[in-house]
Amino acid sequence: MTLSLRALLGASALVAFAGSALAETTITVATVNNGDMVRMQGLMDDFNTKHPDIKVEWVTLEENVLRQNVTTDIATNGGQYDVITIGTYEVPIWGKQGWLASLNDLPADYDVDDLLPAIRGGLTVDGNLMASPFYGESSMVMYRRDLMEAAGLTMPDAPTWADIETAAAAMTNKDAEQYGICLRGKAGWGENMAFLTAMSNSFGARWFDEAWNPQFDQPEWKATLEFYLNLMNNYGPPGASNNGFNENLTLFNQGKCGMWIDATVAASFVTGKDSTVADKVGFALAPDNGLGKRGNWLWAWSLAIPASSTKQDAAKTFINWATNKDYLALVASKEGWANVPPGTRTSLYANEEYAKVPFAKMTIDSINSADPNNPTVKPVPYVGVQFVAIPEFQGLGTTVGELFSAALAGQSTADEALAAAQTAVADEMKSAGYIK
Amino acid sequence: MARAASPRRRLLTTLAAWFVALLIFFPVLWMILTSFKTEASAVASPPELLGASWTLENYVEVWSRSDYPRFFWNSVVISVGSTLLGLAIAIPSAWAMAFVPGKRTKDLLMWMLSTKMMPAVAVMIPIYLLFQQLGLFDTKIGLILALMLMNLPIIIWMLYTYFKEIPGEILEAARMDGAGMWSEIAYVLTPMALPGIASTMLLNIILAWNEAFWTIVLTTTKAAPLSAFIASFSAPQGLFYAKLSAASAMAIMPILILGWFSQKQLVRGLTFGAVK
Repeated sequence: MTLSLRALLGASALVAFAGSALAETTITVATVNNGDMVRMQGLMDDFNTKHPDIKVEWVTLEENVLRQNVTTDIATNGGQYDVITIGTYEVPIWGKQGWLASLNDLPADYDVDDLLPAIRGGLTVDGNLMASPFYGESSMVMYRRDLMEAAGLTMPDAPTWADIETAAAAMTNKDAEQYGICLRGKAGWGENMAFLTAMSNSFGARWFDEAWNPQFDQPEWKATLEFYLNLMNNYGPPGASNNGFNENLTLFNQGKCGMWIDATVAASFVTGKDSTVADKVGFALAPDNGLGKRGNWLWAWSLAIPASSTKQDAAKTFINWATNKDYLALVASKEGWANVPPGTRTSLYANEEYAKVPFAKMTIDSINSADPNNPTVKPVPYVGVQFVAIPEFQGLGTTVGELFSAALAGQSTADEALAAAQTAVADEMKSAGYIK
Repeated sequence: MARAASPRRRLLTTLAAWFVALLIFFPVLWMILTSFKTEASAVASPPELLGASWTLENYVEVWSRSDYPRFFWNSVVISVGSTLLGLAIAIPSAWAMAFVPGKRTKDLLMWMLSTKMMPAVAVMIPIYLLFQQLGLFDTKIGLILALMLMNLPIIIWMLYTYFKEIPGEILEAARMDGAGMWSEIAYVLTPMALPGIASTMLLNIILAWNEAFWTIVLTTTKAAPLSAFIASFSAPQGLFYAKLSAASAMAIMPILILGWFSQKQLVRGLTFGAVK
């Protein structure tokens, strides 16, 4: 073999090697462990076939660990993650800080106008879409139709809190371990405070007035907390101050709860194979108090791109695949319509097949009734229905949640808990510079 | 002369020892039992034991949803690697401190120990940045270095204690026979301190295996060990205890087995020099 032939072969091999190396872009997707995300990982063959030039590596972490790691990475401009799973709470905060890349230039087939307005509104910062919703949820009433019938009652589609109290009283039989209502009591900004903040909106309460003064000393919060404590003490399960989503799900599935007000995503669990009451469950909107606001929240797990990512084009390709209408059709074809990630697109709820899913209508009605920009009766300076989109809220929410959980456990009265909450929140807001 | 304990006293002592041992082991035992329950049984109140619904489904799901062998292999490489590297640095260091002490040796030892009392999160950002700049982020070698540095004070302290028990005259004799520093350490000191080195090694493998702050902060996909594997099984809707227990049981089982088979060595090493 001549020298020039060897050189030619060598050069060809180098070009081929370099070409293949250039062709494949590896992106790292950081996500939380929930059913829809796990399902997406199982459907990656479809993405790999359509985009053989992009390799996806997954990092699955606990929600708070993910938040910490991603925050550290973004704040230090690390660029370790190319796509992150992000909650509705973070999007306005991180978006304003310039930590997220805008998704305004996703391809036309993404159809941004198909996104549910309430969800899109929560993910838009200064007119820019900062995250693409993967699934959205609100909260609603899940109730036992058989127990309601036995009590001679009918649950309205849009009940009031008075309706809920009446139904809870009628369905409670503590001797038979039958409790009229199960609600979150476990302390945490994403636990009892998600429920109580959303509930307080329907009572006209708010975390802060327009000048960021805490409002726990106002009658609306007193009415909210006293109603909640009375309801739970009279008709709730024992040890409710330790109950979060999972504990209440278990109680409901065991047939021990007459009603449960929680995330719409729970609907597929209470009607699923692990539920002993799957065929006896009815759904209603979260209650109101006649003030024009319902006690339901709004949350979406969305996919976003950290501004520090150096592979934003590949990341956008992935996000377009994972949150496109075509993905919903893919899930439906493989796993059935009931398993499609809910709460993100208008077209899903116009689909005749999806309309047959028993909780579809109530989910969309719940989502549509939440407004993160005007969450409660009076005006507020913040965005968020069951949270306040400021960086301090995680700490504040957990502090107040602990006080309210202690009140539920009987360690303090509603007045004591509210007074302590007012003091704690005022102190923090002063030291954070919101108020003097 | 020591008095023989009465049978009654021995029985009481034995019962007390068993009680304390069960008390310490109970959380692990409960976690393992929970890993075989259904989610409903796992959170039942009052807790279920005999009437619980038993299943292997949690293990099947945990196995199918993650690449356990990769996490396991990373844990092995990181914990063994950081321990061996730590020993390679600590043996000569402890030798110097034990047999050629300077004026400030005690202060140095105390200072090294004090670094263990610093909260890890206080140095998270500088170390994170350092790892990024040096290209060590999400690499096994990066974690080996981090965990080695983290556990080095303990390794040096333990070895220092063992070395102090070895008569200096033996080393002196070796020196008189012509042994150089490295020969003295390699052929005289190390074989004599082997039980101590072995127990130090075991303890540090366990510490490195169980480390769950740096291993999660400094990794994403390639070098993530079993601590990251456990963290991935917590769900936003709450803790699904049965699956989380199954993941935890799978993560701790290798080190639990290692600890069980080497417990004699560990106890011997940890109590070495305790009674003089």
